[in-house]
Amino acid sequence: MSVDPDHPHTGSHHHDHGQEPPSATALRVKALESLLVEKGLVDPAALDAIIDYYENKVGPRNGVRVVARAWTDTAYKARLLADATAAIAELGYSGSQGEHMVAVENTPALHNIIVCTLCSCYPWAVLGLPPNWYKSAAYRSRVVIEPRAVLREFGLDLPDSVEVRVWDSTAEVRYLVLPERPAGTENMSEDQLAALVTRDAMVGTARVRVP
Amino acid sequence: MNGVHDMGGMHGFASLVVEPNEPVFHEVWEGRVYALVNAVGAWRRWNIDAFRQQQERMPAADYLRASYYERWLFVLIENVVRHGLVTREEVESGRSAPGTPKLTPPLQASMVADLRRRGIPTTRSVERQPRYRPGDAVRTRNIHPLTHTRLPRYARDKRGVIIALHGAHVFPDSNAQFQGENPQPLYTVRFEASALWGDGASSRDTVCLDLWEDYLDTA
Repeated sequence: MSVDPDHPHTGSHHHDHGQEPPSATALRVKALESLLVEKGLVDPAALDAIIDYYENKVGPRNGVRVVARAWTDTAYKARLLADATAAIAELGYSGSQGEHMVAVENTPALHNIIVCTLCSCYPWAVLGLPPNWYKSAAYRSRVVIEPRAVLREFGLDLPDSVEVRVWDSTAEVRYLVLPERPAGTENMSEDQLAALVTRDAMVGTARVRVP
Repeated sequence: MNGVHDMGGMHGFASLVVEPNEPVFHEVWEGRVYALVNAVGAWRRWNIDAFRQQQERMPAADYLRASYYERWLFVLIENVVRHGLVTREEVESGRSAPGTPKLTPPLQASMVADLRRRGIPTTRSVERQPRYRPGDAVRTRNIHPLTHTRLPRYARDKRGVIIALHGAHVFPDSNAQFQGENPQPLYTVRFEASALWGDGASSRDTVCLDLWEDYLDTA
């Protein structure tokens, strides 16, 4: 959107083309960015590179590769559960909000689910930036006190025999749920398995299903 | 601080709203704010704990009304002013003060991917030996600091068991105040849900938190 922050009314022509005029917040951000660029505090090309990194280079597709590898390579799975940071780095994923990784394994008796009640910490390096529901007050407040009710809203009704274990990301350790490999996938390749794994399964709000 | 950001266990925030296939950024400005926070952060005038503390200082009603990236925008503006990168007048006018020399940004586009892949580890080498081992029973302290802490209200003065040691990590409570990193052992502590929430909670369920040694006493 090309709106001169000094002349916000020039935004009205967007409206003529059926788009909403820029919000007050959008204009405020534009003005702030212009100021920071003018002062030499930020390089606009670096901003573009950061956005590109999270829109195109990092996302759940990273975590999906980790899970699919762990399902097909028992030695890799053992390394992942022993030292997730190193095992994830083997696949080329590392860095911001993934400096100290721990993988937690779901089993028939244990279901893991991840939250950050204090802000919205999330394993960016393997899952990208978090979805809105993960950052919402509803999720942050409820999942530690009524995880089973939250899981039911995600369509997952767990029997009492399964322990639900909630991981509140209060430090710089970031968690990745290793979901259970679904039955009936014994003959699938790593790539075929990767296609089944979802972001929500790696946060713990879903199980992996065979379509 | 006992802020509204510390919402674990609170009631009244209604049902979840889950948007299928949502984009990374819903609005162009959200991506710009995200990127600005990271790019200005390269001046290293503050640390991640101070960033979080500034967010917690947002007036409670504003915090709850704001979206995630609106909160980031609030922190960005407060921080660039507080740490002398920009004046309040410049923010309001949108113009650099006359005669201000143009600086050179520390973060260039060519550096971004490499720096993101490196991250900013918070582990430190320390002499201090961990006081606890996996299996030890601990009780969290009953603290209510006015400043930043990562011990949530719902887990204060509660009994749990150490299940992992993560080495020594920078201590947020001091680092947020620019009073030193005070690195110390970080543990994962497992709590019975019933220890946190009473008899109404499932007797099978558990909650795990990562807690620094200064939050813990022997149970």
